[in-house]
Amino acid sequence: MFSIDWSIIQQSLPLLGQGALVTLKITVTAIALGMVIGTLLAVARVSVYAPMRWLSASYVNCFRSIPLVMVLLWFYLIVPHFLSSFFNLSPQTDVRLVSAIVAFTAFEAAYYAEIIRAGMRSVSSGQYSAALALGMTKSQTLTYVILPQAFRVMTPLLLTQGMILFQDTALVYIIGLADFFRTASNIGKTTGNEIDMVLFAGAGYFVVCFCVSVTVTMVKKRLKL
Amino acid sequence: MINPTDEAMIIMENVSKWYGDFNVLSHCSTRIHKGEVVVVCGPSGSGKSTLIKTVNGLEPVQDGKIIVNGTEVTSKKTNLARLRSHVGMVFQHFELFPHLSIIHNLVLAQEKVLKRNREEAMEKGLMLLKRVGLEPQTDKYPSQLSGGQQQRVAIARALCMDPVAMLFDEPTSALDPEMINEVLDVMVELAYEGMTMMVVTHEMGFARKVANRVLFMETGVILEDSPKDKFFDNPATQRAKDFLANIIPH
Repeated sequence: MFSIDWSIIQQSLPLLGQGALVTLKITVTAIALGMVIGTLLAVARVSVYAPMRWLSASYVNCFRSIPLVMVLLWFYLIVPHFLSSFFNLSPQTDVRLVSAIVAFTAFEAAYYAEIIRAGMRSVSSGQYSAALALGMTKSQTLTYVILPQAFRVMTPLLLTQGMILFQDTALVYIIGLADFFRTASNIGKTTGNEIDMVLFAGAGYFVVCFCVSVTVTMVKKRLKL
Repeated sequence: MINPTDEAMIIMENVSKWYGDFNVLSHCSTRIHKGEVVVVCGPSGSGKSTLIKTVNGLEPVQDGKIIVNGTEVTSKKTNLARLRSHVGMVFQHFELFPHLSIIHNLVLAQEKVLKRNREEAMEKGLMLLKRVGLEPQTDKYPSQLSGGQQQRVAIARALCMDPVAMLFDEPTSALDPEMINEVLDVMVELAYEGMTMMVVTHEMGFARKVANRVLFMETGVILEDSPKDKFFDNPATQRAKDFLANIIPH
């Protein structure tokens, strides 16, 4: 009968904590920046300028058609070159974290853009008319009337997308970045407790995601959605 | 009642509009003077709502000229936002901003469009809420108010901008019957104060009470443009007679 070796987990906690911090950094930055860029993309999608609409649509469609693992690897291979030539960094600088953050942000922005666009479309055209009739410009209308309503309706979806992103950060495994999962796996490999460590890591992700799920349900009830 | 002046507030000349092949408005011309109350009526689908929405440029037109308070709405060079900021509009479905409290519904455009400071905007907002009898609802949200109350807030919101004219697009059509009067009362009061008003409505009682003129529309054409008494007592077209016969008895 298999039993978990708790002592090894206990000993690894400081290292796991560092890994968790990396996971958290990627998640939080990608959610925040992804939402900002996603909002800009969603607004560009309803722009009066056709090139803006095309640009936004191509970006979204492009990123939604490529597997995340590839985006991650791609940015890992490209961003370092780009950064080192741009900022004159030595080739030894570890840019894995930065490249992962850039990749996730770019990828998530496409998904957030679609969610926010759907939210904007759920606001009735009468709201646009009312805001415009009061003399607001198109950008004021979006900023003060349409987007706040879109975000409200979309809060559960945005939270869920954040939770998916949180799980997806484990994919940094392939670029060898020591996030929570990779750290657990590494420790397991060196001590021969890989199963214990990976199970424990899984439990960690489960607890966080479960909490977010419960929050989503509560938010839905609260907002009467 | 203040008598209308000769000064034109809204001028429409030969306004035409198509949705694809469908001719929604066909050579519509009229002139609304300052202080005048004009009721627009006609069967549904006749283009009344489209007509009133062309006045502040919410509906663009393909042909003709519209001038409001000296500004040419149909000119490409016109700053429409600026024009709209002093032409109030009230919609069938109220269109209050559901994410803002009542007072903030009234404050938003004053701050963002007229650049009034918060204090000034609040004061104006409260004054107008009081005027439509809704001061106690200041901090509530639109969904907590009845339809009639929401429409009165919508009127107050438009008045906050110190409009030179008010456009009403079927303001009582979405209301329960017992709430219609509270909205009409506010509008009647406004009319008596000399506000220039263009009102799309089926409320013929309101038209009889305060309108100076009635426009009767069908299939995108202004069939009649007559003084109120003439329209009700002796309509020029058979179509208007039929229309009145159908709605008046009820």
